[in-house]
Order: sequence, then C-alpha cells, then structure tokens
Amino acid sequence: MSIELKNVSKRFGEVSAVHDINFSVNDGELVALLGPSGGGKTTVLRMIGGLEMPTDGDIFIRGVRVNDIPVQKRNIGFVFQNYALFKSMTVFKNIAFGLKIKKWKKPEIEARVIELLKLLELEGLANRYPHQLSGGQRQRVAIARALAPKPDVLLLDEPFGAVDAKIRQELRQWLVHLHHDLKVTTLFVTHDQEEAMEVSDRIVIFSRGNLEQIGTPREVYEQPVNEFVARFIGVMNILELEVRNGMARLNELAFPAHGVPEGKKMKIGFRPYAVQVSPDLTQYGYQAVLKHTYFLGVMLRLEIVLPSGLVVRSRISKEDYSKMGLQDGMCVSVQIRNYRILSREDEPLTQEVATSYDMPAHIAEGI
Amino acid sequence: MNLPKKQRERTSSSQRSTQEPGWVKWSLIGIAGLFAVVFLFLPLINVFVQAFSKGWVHYFKVLADPDTISAIKLTLLVAAISVPANVIFGVAASWAIAKFEFRGKSLLLTFIDLPFSISPVVSGLMFILLFGVNGLFGPLLDHLGIKIIFAVPGIVLATIFVTFPFVARELIPAMQAEGSDQEQAAMTMGASGWQTFWYVTLPSIKWGLLYGVILCNARAMGEFGAVSVVSGHITGLTDTVPLRVEKLYNEFDPAAPFAVASLLALLALVTLGIKTYLEWKTERDEHQGQQLAREVVGEPGKNFARDLPAHSPK
Repeated sequence: MSIELKNVSKRFGEVSAVHDINFSVNDGELVALLGPSGGGKTTVLRMIGGLEMPTDGDIFIRGVRVNDIPVQKRNIGFVFQNYALFKSMTVFKNIAFGLKIKKWKKPEIEARVIELLKLLELEGLANRYPHQLSGGQRQRVAIARALAPKPDVLLLDEPFGAVDAKIRQELRQWLVHLHHDLKVTTLFVTHDQEEAMEVSDRIVIFSRGNLEQIGTPREVYEQPVNEFVARFIGVMNILELEVRNGMARLNELAFPAHGVPEGKKMKIGFRPYAVQVSPDLTQYGYQAVLKHTYFLGVMLRLEIVLPSGLVVRSRISKEDYSKMGLQDGMCVSVQIRNYRILSREDEPLTQEVATSYDMPAHIAEGI
Repeated sequence: MNLPKKQRERTSSSQRSTQEPGWVKWSLIGIAGLFAVVFLFLPLINVFVQAFSKGWVHYFKVLADPDTISAIKLTLLVAAISVPANVIFGVAASWAIAKFEFRGKSLLLTFIDLPFSISPVVSGLMFILLFGVNGLFGPLLDHLGIKIIFAVPGIVLATIFVTFPFVARELIPAMQAEGSDQEQAAMTMGASGWQTFWYVTLPSIKWGLLYGVILCNARAMGEFGAVSVVSGHITGLTDTVPLRVEKLYNEFDPAAPFAVASLLALLALVTLGIKTYLEWKTERDEHQGQQLAREVVGEPGKNFARDLPAHSPK
C-alpha cells in the first residue's frame, strides 16, 4: 500500500473542507481525485503532500505515518497547477534543484538531469528559462523537476488545467505512457470527469468534502452509488418514482417496487445507452416522440418526450439511426433496458446494496 | 492590384480618426519639453557651471577642504548604515505582507507609507521630542551618557526614518505578483526556509531590490530637512554633504557650495543612469522571453506535433 488515509478531516476555521475521508492507493497506481471545485480534492492532495495539515485522522505513505513529517522530508514530487517553475533558473537548474538540495554529487546530478531531459523529450531546452517555453513544455519541465529526486509518490494538481483543450487531449495519453514506463504511484486532481475516466486506474470522487465513491472508471460509470456520482460521471436519466398499486411509478412509467413500501419514494438512474428506441410503435412498451437529435460524432443523443411531457435521453450509433430511418418529430416506441436504484426512502443505501436491475421482460414489453 | 491600396487607405484613415490633430500633439510635447528644460536641465547645468566658475584648481581645493571631506565621510557612513538597515526591514516587511495573512496588515502598509506623507522637518522634530534633552527619553539617555540628538546616531535614525518606504515599496508589489507557489515547490523538493529564500525568493526579487536600494541610497545621501533638525550643524562633526552645501552657501565664496553640490548632482545622474539601465534590462529580458516563447509556440496545432514526445509502446 503506497498511500493510506484514515478518517482524515480538514477544517479551515469554521469551514469543513474535507470530512472523514478513508481511502488507499496501491503501489504504482494512477489515481484521479475527481470532483467539482470546492469538493476538497485539492485539499486532500495537499495534505498528502504535506502542504496542509489534517485537522483529524492519519495519513500513511509507504506504511509510515507522515502527519508529523514536514513537507521537506516526505519524499514526494508535487506538480503545481500553474507549474510554479523557478523563473530565475534555466530548465536544467530547475530539474537539478531537488538534487542539489539533497546534496547529490555534481556528476550524478548532471546524469540524472540529462536522463530526465531525454525521458520528457526536453533535450535542447536545457538552457531555456521558463518564460521561453510553451505551456506544454513548461508542464513537462514541472513533471521532470518533481520526478528528479525519485519521489515515492507523484502528486499533480490539475495537471492539464493551464493548457488549451487540444494539447490537453494529447498530454493525457502522454501521462498514461509516462506512468506506464515509470510505475511511480501517481495521484492527480481534476474536475474533468472525461479526463479522469480516460487516464486513471481508479477514480476517487469527492463532493463538498465527502468521499462519494472509489472505483475503476468502469465501476463509477456503470455502478454509481448515488445520485451525485450518477450525475457527475457522464449523462444520466434520473427519475423519482413513487410506489402506487405495487409498482414504482412516474407519470406513465412503471417499474417493479423492489420492496419499497406503498406510498414511499425511490430514485432510479439509467444511462442513455440503456434506452432503446424503435420506429415500430408496437415493438416496445411506451410510445413517445423523438423531439431532437444531437450529433456528438459517431454517437447521437436523442431527446425523447413521453405523452406526459417527461423527457428521456437516449444514445444510439449513427449507423442504427440511419438504418431505422429516424428523424426529429417522429413517433417511436421506447423501453428502458436496465437501471440502477440510486436512493430509496425506506432505507439508506450503502455502496454494497446499490445494484442495477434489468427490466423484467413482461414489464419491458409493455403494461 | 487595387485591393491592397484600398486597404492601406482604409487603415491610414482609421488611424487618423483615433489620433488628435497635429497641433495638440506638438503643443503638449512643447509644454513638457519647456518645463523639463527650464526647471530641470538648466538648473543642473548651472550647478556645474557655477562649480567650475573659478576653475578646476579651485574646484578641487574646495572638495579637499577637511570639513568637506569629513562631511562626505559622514554622508557615506550614514548611507552605509541606513541602506542595509532598510534592506533588512524592506525584505522582512514585504515578505510578511506578501506571503502571510495577519491582523494589522493594512495598518503596517499604512505605516510604511508614513514617511512619504510627513514633512522631513517634522520627522526630525519627532526625534528631538523623543531623544532631545527635554524629550521623552532625554533624561534616561543623559544619565547613561548616550548622545543621540546633535550627534551621528540622530542623523542615522532620521535618515532611516525618511528612507523607510523605499525598499519595501519596491518589493511588496513584486512579491505579491509572484505568490508563494515557487517557495512551496522548493519546499516539496526538500529545501529549508533559508534555502528557499536564498535560491528562490531572492533571485526573483533581485532587480526590484536593487532598484529600491539605489533610490534609498540617493535619498539617504541627499536628505536635508530631517537631518538638518537633528544634526546640530557642528562643522567637521555632524555636517553631512547637503548641510555642508547650505553652510558654504551662507559664506563668502560663491563657487564653493556649487562645487560640493555638484557631487550630489553627480550622484543623482549616476542613480538615474543605473535606474534607467535596470528598467531597460528588465524590459528587454521580458521582451526577448516573449519573442522566444512566440517562436517556440508558433502555430498552436503545428507546434504540438513537434513538441510532444512520440511514445513508442515498449
């Protein structure tokens, strides 16, 4: 176990920034701390790095409790959001700084810096000053500088926040490759769910100082534990149902009650890909109107309106769309293939209980 | 073939529409130039003309006068104490203000500006009221046999007070603009507080610091009002260069005060020269950096292909 947080909390005066966080990161893992701004993810990263002190709880790096170890002695590499390169030093001296502080010998420093310049493909820029570099180059210098003293963990705060969208896309893949080559335990903070999904082995999702879910990108996408995660990761249809006459209902839609008592409410969520659409009005149980089609590239998103005015989003491939001859304004039939219960009024959901259900055939076929 | 010409006409006419008529421009330049010549340039020339009115030999004879030499020595001593004192204070104050949040921060900022808003004569008087014979600490100092007013310590104190804001005022905006990210980065790499200051903070503020030191030094050597009040004008003992100029002016040799004054004028010119050089240098560094960065970046899309390491799967 490379990093472990046990019941960690952080308060700034009256404000609780991070509340009772528990998670651990394995050796060599690449983990994203994801959440909206103000969610506490940067505070967690800074606490692991030693730039903030936790108010409560313990932080372990490689099995050693580091709460009382100052930032200088934690042997971490930290990449700041705006890179924080030393403006008055060349690229070479920036990368050599940590080694100089650690009193490495001159030839060893030189060898290590040259190795990193090569690894991060910064050769030829050694004598440049930070203000003479492009955004992407600056970012790589910052990473090289953090990696130089061979840290136990690499911590990156919004590593792609300061470069434009096009470069960001390529830097993501580049970080994956670098991590693959170096195998150093890496944590990075991001508010971009797509970035987290694409880059990381596992994602830790924060909101308002609470840890909402930890899981692989696939787990958090397919099995969100609550409404927040469901909404934050990708597009989700979320419906609030009420159990009446043995079925959980909203307008014309009806689902099995799953043991929720009569008169109580529950929330379910389903991804757009779980909504099937057909131009054949008798194929699926519900009839609706295809109101609008959004072109997202290979996939299309359909906005489907049920007779009661309820809007459901569906996603299908361009191929299927043209095969079925769909177009805006058309009457279609729909079914919801599977869904997840996100919350229920009768009992609080824990991560283990939250499960997805396939729609039973007789219900899917229409009521 | 017609299009470029048309475009050119359009640009030139649009340029003209945003500019004032020529006579406005030239009369503004004329007024500013006239003021500069009458109030700055002519008096400066006059100082040197008067200084040499009795020839080179007389000029150096005035400067070699033991009382003048002692005034020059005292001025150098005062500057040598008050400038470093202000550097230490200035760095400490601007560090505190730029990097920390604390109660009374704005009060401290106001205090730093105080010497700018108080008349130098009043500043001198404050020290008399504190340390003079009838002052607050007068009896105590008298008892201990320490002499501050009408002695060198008083002159140093008054000079430090008057030059108080120069270094801090230069550094605060520079440090605030830097933020503390670079320092934090240094600390994550194991640097101690002192190493962080020495390797990271100091280099990033060095030009601002030098600029502040130069202005501080010029003021320390040239201060008249505050020093005049506390010095007691003892020839050969507590006369600084500006005080010596005044004293010579009240005597019979018309060339002597100007000869000594020419030293201060020279100091002003050197200060101005260094100041201009520093400004030119920072500007040029920035400009070159931007130009290089532009060359490096080039077209955003094109740049990246060359820029990004091509990773081959291992």
